[in-house]
Amino acid sequence: METIQQYFIQFFGSQWGNMLFLLTTNLVFIFAIAIPLLLGVAYLTFAERKIIAYMQIRVGPNRVTFFGIPWLRGWGQPIADAVKAIMKEIIIPTGANKFLFVLAPVLTIMPALAAWAVIPFSPELVLADINAGLLYILAMTSMGIYGIIIAGWASNSKYAFLGAMRSAAQVVSYELAMGFALVCVLMMSQSLNIGDIVSGQQGDSLLNWYLIPLFPMFLVYLISGVAETNRAPFDVAEGESEIVAGFHVDYSGMAFTVFFLAEYANMILVATLTSIMFLGGWLPPVDIAPFTWIPGFVWLLLKIAFILFFFLWFRATFPRYRYDQIMRLGWKIFIPITLIWIVVLGLIMQLPESIRDVFPLNLWF
Amino acid sequence: MNRIKKFFNTFLLFELLKGMAVTGKYLFKPKITIHYPEEKTPQSPRFRGLHALRRYPNGEERCIACKLCEAVCPAMAITIESEQREDGTRRTTRYDIDLSKCIFCGFCEESCPVDSIVETRVLEYHCEKREDFIYTKEMLLAVGDRYEEQIAKDREADARYR
Repeated sequence: METIQQYFIQFFGSQWGNMLFLLTTNLVFIFAIAIPLLLGVAYLTFAERKIIAYMQIRVGPNRVTFFGIPWLRGWGQPIADAVKAIMKEIIIPTGANKFLFVLAPVLTIMPALAAWAVIPFSPELVLADINAGLLYILAMTSMGIYGIIIAGWASNSKYAFLGAMRSAAQVVSYELAMGFALVCVLMMSQSLNIGDIVSGQQGDSLLNWYLIPLFPMFLVYLISGVAETNRAPFDVAEGESEIVAGFHVDYSGMAFTVFFLAEYANMILVATLTSIMFLGGWLPPVDIAPFTWIPGFVWLLLKIAFILFFFLWFRATFPRYRYDQIMRLGWKIFIPITLIWIVVLGLIMQLPESIRDVFPLNLWF
Repeated sequence: MNRIKKFFNTFLLFELLKGMAVTGKYLFKPKITIHYPEEKTPQSPRFRGLHALRRYPNGEERCIACKLCEAVCPAMAITIESEQREDGTRRTTRYDIDLSKCIFCGFCEESCPVDSIVETRVLEYHCEKREDFIYTKEMLLAVGDRYEEQIAKDREADARYR
């Protein structure tokens, strides 16, 4: 790194050299995050189809392979799907607002990718180590709603518009419960910096993770995350078996695929945030030799995969919620639970030092 | 007491976990999918697939142009024209089955007094034009010649029940 920086300074002078060095390293880092992420999205769709198929005692996609290698059968499926989507025509409806119609998918996927800037993969491996990291993530995930609303509005179709309203209402409601769950994490870690949140969970074992003191918040966050990304069983916005898609009915080809990508990228993001906030991010489950040899980002990836598996498992198991039930769950159950837990947590934190040093409490407070 | 129990059941997500246990169990069960082109489902000897016209072992075609099949066909897919041959027997000059009309009910096969028109086990055939779906007498006889062995075996297996 140092020598490369020296090269830049020699070439462009100290001021320009430093700036260009920063720019190139950041660009390389961005690509190093975004490309594996998009590949992960592609293979998440494959994993979803496979796992749901297995739970329905089918086998799922098992034909497309690379270069005819038999043990890779099925693994070419996401690539084939992507190629198909790229080949398809993007139909822009006559009455649509062309500019917004094209802008909407971009606005949906942008925050899903941008939020990754502050995700720490290991203590040093983070693109932007900013102190308001969690705030940035909350802001970015809220941005996704603009894409949904603009997509529904720009299509100039009442079905798309109603779908957008439904979707936006759902996402906004669950945003609250999600935010409150994260407030609990903030109270525990006393920091908005995501790296500090993970370090705050450092200890001898997984007992130190926020999962245990904040278990109800973990569930609330996970379920809100499912609702937030419009996934089954909260996928009334899409509801492929009853209402044929909501805000993206008029989209086709790659424009539709971008919405699809955004949904899955959001899924991965929510899984990542869950593993960072509650499952100790890059920390190994037990802080002893064989576990500490494995690098931090592998643990993070394992935790992400674990949470994602739950997302798929939910989808294979639960029937779709009715819309009023979704709203009831969000407003009347999750928000009260989170509020109560914030109060309880605050009271525990205000206990005298002598009580907080007793065994289970001294792990976290 | 019941309300308390219900409260805990709801908040501990008991029923959701039970549902997930079921799907989790199915994840590891053997899969029932049949990988079609490599594996095929077993067929009954009474399978009703593509039609065929049979011949006697001496090569003489069985059909005597009685037109029972044409009369019984509920989809009116069969068209028959007949004439007297030089040896005085009545024979078909035209025997067309429109496979796009046929509903594969097997009535033609049942009505045939000489076991001439039969339905074979062939199900993997395709046509690229609508006109290709009309199978003429020659085509049906060719199908019969090609699968005669299988057809004869199936008739024999089913003979006890007819």
